[in-house]
Amino acid sequence: MWLIKMAWKNMWRNRSRTAITMAAIFFAVILSVIASSLKDGIFSNLVKNVVSFYTGYIQIHKKGFWDEQTLDNSFKSSSKTVRLIRGNKNVTAVASRLESFALASSVNITKGCLVAGIEPEKENRITFLEKKVIQGSYLLDTDYAVLLSQGLAERLKLTTNDTVVLIGQGYHGATAAGKYLVKGIVKFGSPDLNSRTLFMPLATAQNFYNADSMITSYVLSLRNTNNLQGIRSQLGEPLGRDFEVMSWEEMMPEVKQHIQTDSSNMKYVQGILYLLICFGIFGTLLMMMVERKFEMGMLVSIGMKKSKLIILLLYESVFTVLVGCLLGITASIPLVYYLNRHPIKMGGETAKVYERFGFEAIFPTSTEVSIFIYQGIVVLIIGLLLSLYPMYKVIRLDPVTAMKR
Amino acid sequence: MNTVIDAHNVSKVYNRETVPVYAINNVHLHIEKGEFAALVGPSGSGKTTLLNLIGGLDKPDTGSVFINELDITKLSANKLIDFRLKNIGFVFQSFNLIPVLTAKENVELIMQLQGIEKSVRDVRVQQLFRQIEMSDKMDVRPAQLSGGQQQRVAVARALASRPKFVLADEPTANLDSKSAFNLLDIMTKLNKEEHITFLFSTHDQRVIERARRIITLVDGRIVSDTAAVSTRHEKADV
Ligand SMILES: Nc1ncnc2c1ncn2[C@@H]1O[C@H](COP(=O)(O)OP(=O)(O)OP(=O)(O)O)[C@@H](O)[C@H]1O
Ligand SMILES: [Mg+2]
Repeated sequence: MWLIKMAWKNMWRNRSRTAITMAAIFFAVILSVIASSLKDGIFSNLVKNVVSFYTGYIQIHKKGFWDEQTLDNSFKSSSKTVRLIRGNKNVTAVASRLESFALASSVNITKGCLVAGIEPEKENRITFLEKKVIQGSYLLDTDYAVLLSQGLAERLKLTTNDTVVLIGQGYHGATAAGKYLVKGIVKFGSPDLNSRTLFMPLATAQNFYNADSMITSYVLSLRNTNNLQGIRSQLGEPLGRDFEVMSWEEMMPEVKQHIQTDSSNMKYVQGILYLLICFGIFGTLLMMMVERKFEMGMLVSIGMKKSKLIILLLYESVFTVLVGCLLGITASIPLVYYLNRHPIKMGGETAKVYERFGFEAIFPTSTEVSIFIYQGIVVLIIGLLLSLYPMYKVIRLDPVTAMKR
Repeated sequence: MNTVIDAHNVSKVYNRETVPVYAINNVHLHIEKGEFAALVGPSGSGKTTLLNLIGGLDKPDTGSVFINELDITKLSANKLIDFRLKNIGFVFQSFNLIPVLTAKENVELIMQLQGIEKSVRDVRVQQLFRQIEMSDKMDVRPAQLSGGQQQRVAVARALASRPKFVLADEPTANLDSKSAFNLLDIMTKLNKEEHITFLFSTHDQRVIERARRIITLVDGRIVSDTAAVSTRHEKADV
């Protein structure tokens, strides 16, 4: 107990040194928390974007559909299959889609488009389609109407309440044709989706393609997205060989690649940060050992065991590092939350690249609690590892030499 | 009388490989309980080295140092630390005290290291501060004490563990005459009244005069070892 008291007093003997050490740790924690929460935030924001634009975290198709996306690779929707999928606790929503291509025409313009037959309400739970409506209103299950993506509407010079004519090839080679009311316009961040997508209720699409009760995919949303591979195999097993379960990583490998490159770059930044932290803390430790060399020699001379002296120094470092860490974590919480609400906006080329992929060009932070704890612990461990240096010096200390001047 | 310190044929050589310096050369020294002995000699004569050898801070190259019949040169470094704690009081030339602790806490420290309980410590601390005549300065930090007062607290700390003897290396070197005499008065008093054994080094003539035994070192050898010539002060005291 008296050792703890003495350690506490020692911490305040050279206020500026303790303050410098604490400040080094304080800023270290803040910087590494922000770096790490940016890394995670950007990562999961990208994924969230991918998912909410169109793909979803996981899709289930008939085997072979992804490589050859035609109606011939569609399958009969069944409530039994949906129940099997929903049996997985991690699945929060399942929406069926019937996707194919068609030619869309207005009075004298024709353009190819992706026709997505969707279950409006369920779809909205996964891709938040309703939020993307910028004109008109969202679909109802029973509507005999369509939503046009903004770019497509512009090309066709159509607006709400106009009529669009669709011509395409239906199931088993039948001709598909129909006239639909434009109920609304949706806007996508992704230029690709924005230029060529058309939504209609699933039943309307099945009717158009003459593909009664057929669908091409189930789109899933998940509660926890950390272990996609695990979820994939959990889902794949009961469904059997007729189906393919694909994660967004497989459906959009270029995005996955991009995220990986980015996050490993961030690791280098963090490594450099940790190195700077080391130098900061080590410098003050060196200073302290020089300043207190005589005193330590004297303590050992009068009979203080080195183990006691080491414990004293350990208390001092633990206090200093802990206080610095806690202050750093405390200060980083509002900062990270602020950057989460008001994310940093990208500029220039990067922003363009991101927008081309269809992502918001922002750097949001992740407010995941584990980041604060993890980074706090990392800095704490760095601090404690560095305080092995004074201990090493104490073990080697010779009182006579230490007290020479 | 019982022997507290018995240094036997002790030598300490520095720079053995290059130009050997015999800091201590074949020294024999006996100190009996209750002695008040001064180690004198010119600078570089080996006073500090000899005190370090006797105090178990350093090991001789040859010879043995017996403290109460235990050869401390045979003890491991760790055992020596413990031995010093329990048997030897140290007073250094300066910076004896831990700056962040009060005078009282500095004295208490040695008893805390010995694991002595609080109530016993408190009584002992009170007594020691009375003896060094500083009862009013117990709760003051070293920085607010004069050099002489700091040295007196150092003496109190040295005594706190009830050591077999006290070693003091130039305890008055950084003090003005008045403080030096004052410190000597207290040491003399403790020696007479409590029979505390003191062995201290000095080259201060005024201090030498107060010693009851004067051991003179030159070039690492004891060249004279005499009972004090002048007992002027003792006579004056009576
Ligand atoms: N670590 C060392 N390495 C080499 N030589 C040393 C070392 N320590 C002491 N000496 C030498 O040993 C001799 C005795 O030194 P010591 O410090 O014991 O003298 P001293 O009598 O205490 O002197 P002073 O009155 O100046 O304190 C000196 O010649 C000194 O140079
Ligand atoms: Mg000396």
